[in-house]
Amino acid sequence: MNLLRRIAALFRRSSVDREIADELQAHMAMRTEDNIAAGMSPAEAARDARLRFGNPTTARERVEHVDIATGLDSFWRDIRYAIRGYCNAPLFAIVAITTLALGIGANTAIFQLLNEVRLRSLPIQHPEELVDIRIIGGNQGLGVSSSFYSSLTRPVWQEIERNHEPLSEAFAWNFDFQNMQIGANVNDVHAVRTINVSSQFFSTLGLEPAAGRVLDAEDMAAACTGSGAVVSYAWWQSQMGGRAITGAESVVLNGVPYRIVGVTPPRFFGLAVGENFDFITPLCIPKNAAREFFDIGVMGRLAPGWNIDRATQWFTAASKGIFEATLPQGYGTKSTEQFRNFKLGAYAAGSGVSRLRHDYDASLWILLGITGLVLLIACANLANLMLARASARQREIALRMALGATRARLLRQLLLESGLLAIFGAFLGIALAQVFSRLLIRVLASTDENLTLSVHTDWRVLLFTSGIAVLTCTIFGTLPAFRAAKADPIHALKTGDTHAAGHRERYSMQRLMVVLQVAVSMVLLVTALLFVRSFRNLMTVDPGMRENGITVGGFMYPTSTITREHFEDFKHQLVDEVRSVPGVSNAAIVTMPPLSGSSWGHLVSVGSREGDSRFTWVSPTYFATMGIPIVSGRGFNDNDTANSPRVAIVNRAFVDRYLPGENPIGKTIRTQAEPRYPATLFEIVGVIPNTLYTDIHEKRIETMAFVPARQFPSEADGRSTQMVIASSLPSAIISEEIKRNIRAKHPEVRMYFFDVHERVLKSLLKERLLAILSGFFGALAAILVMVGLYGVVSYLVTRRRNELGIRIALGSTRQRIVSLVMGEAGRMLLVGALIGTAISLAVTRSASSLLFGLKAWDPATIAFAITALAVVAFSASFLPAFRAARLDPVDALRRE
Amino acid sequence: MAKNDLQGTLELLILKTLAQNTSLHGYGIVLHIERVSGELLRVEEGSLYPALHRMEQNQWVRSQWALTETNRRAKFYSLTVTGRKQLTAAERAWEQTVKGVQAVLHFA
Repeated sequence: MNLLRRIAALFRRSSVDREIADELQAHMAMRTEDNIAAGMSPAEAARDARLRFGNPTTARERVEHVDIATGLDSFWRDIRYAIRGYCNAPLFAIVAITTLALGIGANTAIFQLLNEVRLRSLPIQHPEELVDIRIIGGNQGLGVSSSFYSSLTRPVWQEIERNHEPLSEAFAWNFDFQNMQIGANVNDVHAVRTINVSSQFFSTLGLEPAAGRVLDAEDMAAACTGSGAVVSYAWWQSQMGGRAITGAESVVLNGVPYRIVGVTPPRFFGLAVGENFDFITPLCIPKNAAREFFDIGVMGRLAPGWNIDRATQWFTAASKGIFEATLPQGYGTKSTEQFRNFKLGAYAAGSGVSRLRHDYDASLWILLGITGLVLLIACANLANLMLARASARQREIALRMALGATRARLLRQLLLESGLLAIFGAFLGIALAQVFSRLLIRVLASTDENLTLSVHTDWRVLLFTSGIAVLTCTIFGTLPAFRAAKADPIHALKTGDTHAAGHRERYSMQRLMVVLQVAVSMVLLVTALLFVRSFRNLMTVDPGMRENGITVGGFMYPTSTITREHFEDFKHQLVDEVRSVPGVSNAAIVTMPPLSGSSWGHLVSVGSREGDSRFTWVSPTYFATMGIPIVSGRGFNDNDTANSPRVAIVNRAFVDRYLPGENPIGKTIRTQAEPRYPATLFEIVGVIPNTLYTDIHEKRIETMAFVPARQFPSEADGRSTQMVIASSLPSAIISEEIKRNIRAKHPEVRMYFFDVHERVLKSLLKERLLAILSGFFGALAAILVMVGLYGVVSYLVTRRRNELGIRIALGSTRQRIVSLVMGEAGRMLLVGALIGTAISLAVTRSASSLLFGLKAWDPATIAFAITALAVVAFSASFLPAFRAARLDPVDALRRE
Repeated sequence: MAKNDLQGTLELLILKTLAQNTSLHGYGIVLHIERVSGELLRVEEGSLYPALHRMEQNQWVRSQWALTETNRRAKFYSLTVTGRKQLTAAERAWEQTVKGVQAVLHFA
């Protein structure tokens, strides 16, 4: 690039020079010809022409200089000139380019992530026509929801499949982890990511296979028993070595055999941004598909002439019939009514669906804002630098004006110089952004195994970066350039005073910039402090139970031959075996482990009060394992069995909501009927304090009821269980120990483990990232402000050297000089902080949803930010002030 | 006060010359000035070209390579709209200067 430019410049320069030479040559030749025509001899004629013309070399050089100093045609020359100027002041160039590159890089990196999770369209044909069909407002906790992306039941899909006028084509899909058999033993499995799809999936999306074929009607017909499967391009490359698809290779997923028949296009990552897939298999819809399982998503392509609004109207109107036809049986009247009233809507799905988007959208926008502000501060610093440079170049600029260069011409040169910095900065910034964004993704992925996000530098990113570069260039380059070009050449040349032209104005502009910097960094500091404090609050939340040293273990035995009536016996046998493993201090069965992100609830009525409550079935040792005290009544024991009266232990929040001011012991809870969970009466036998339930972020304490595991409805029971395990050993070690012990006795049991505290820390990743990044940028802003303030105060001291000298000579004390100088800095700080506080109050309100345990307008935070800035201002201005105080008055006066 | 100097005078002469002839090369400008002034004014040929180029950068004149009547390639200059305005301003300034100088000379 650079080389090309140089060659072009060389070429261009020589062509311009040749033109000048030609022009002068023609003049001489014409004069010579005329002389000969007038009767001179050729030698005489040429001599006369030269004499009249003067020294041709000098003339040529003079013309060249005019062209260089004032030329409109010398773009490349300007660039060469600018580069030469920067080479003469390498420190300035390095500081400026590095500042810009870091600023632009950080902005681009955040934007790249935003682009990836939010803006980019799915790599399919006409993504703008793709819509997602969902229940407006969601299913409100009714039934069982399996994942973030599944919003409808299979029977509802069957209704939609039968009749979907607004959609030319539609399909159902779900995302699932399935066990792929990797050895001869059925229990030798490896989790793979599978998308199960209905027949029109490929045609709706317009996906052409990269190899082999896509799934056809025959595959769909054999969905539940074994059919063809399509693999992702990544899987084909990494696991199959990209070899030809013959249809002969097969895999066993969740016990069902599939033949691999094709490969999806390389760019297709599925429908969920950030979550790739390995296999696409046909969606199996059994004859009596459960009507309360919300476990699939439905998408379609808008038919010609339909838009999202009209499609939504159509689906809303059709909802009554659809949900009436798919009513789940076994619910109480209230839930049934709720189900009947669901309304479907169509939502744009051209950029796919994304849990990542849901989780990180707001944070990424905030980070983009933060990096943008940091860049603004950096620009202000650069503008000050440019101003200083411009005053140093005053004489040069004056000279060029005297030579006849217009202001527009000079402005162009100066803007080109700053533009050159911005361009270098932008190029370096794009390179840095690749590193930054990958680093961020790595941090995100380190706590979310399922996250696979690749960043692309597409036209949006490039447009964004060039936009930023132009903007920064305008901010830091334009004002100084206008100032410099406004200079009066005569004055500047005559006095040789480097600060001569309009110094008052320029000086006040520098002050304005410092005030701006202080205000912006105030906003950044307040934001950073809010996020850091919010994160600290989350880290120190007391969940009301043991959180450290608790491991959750999952035990699955789908191939086991035990019968339904012995499910609970086996689970209790397992928990006893786990408890006897050396190193395990206690363990208990639990249907919904705490702080794991999932929840389970039922509608209840207590006396005349109705509402809902979380329900968890636990074995008697649960409360001891989790360190939760029973504050009144009793805990569970081995006498609470399937044949004894149903009993429950509730938490304080439950009592406060349903039995305020009453003694809860002995009162009755009635649950509403649900499929497989018949209506039941529970007698409250104990009360526990409030504890957190699914998530450390919970602001409202859930009402909770605990029921003995042996009283779990047998219709809902299955061949798996979860346990909470307390141990003083690290989770990884005790997990291995348990795995070994259990496997020795029950080879058919599969197990997984996770540490509750670790899971909690992972759930705080977003807050941690925000705290770290905003803290980092806040500190960076403070440093930039310190540099800027130092520069301006030093400049001020130099400017007022004379005045200060007189003051000292007249007997002003050192302290007064120091306070005079620092007072100046103090005033800038005050104005900046006031503006900053106002902006902070307005801005941080939008971040309040991301804050935990504190409000956006937090006086302590603002006070702290002002204090921090005061310290910054003090340290930045103390040195120049001190220098001013030690000024030798004689020396200072002599110099002016 | 009207601003004037030698450079300004040369520019005025060039502008006027180009206003009277649609398009001329540098040598032609020299000849024209010398002929019209009855050889009273002699243009310093070495200074002509820097002035022409400066005027071109200021967009008072534009240039074009063309062939002379003797089939020689030369750069022809012609006046732009800006140049015409500049000429009017320069003429007025010159008249002021002349008036001023005469006033001083005739002061008795």
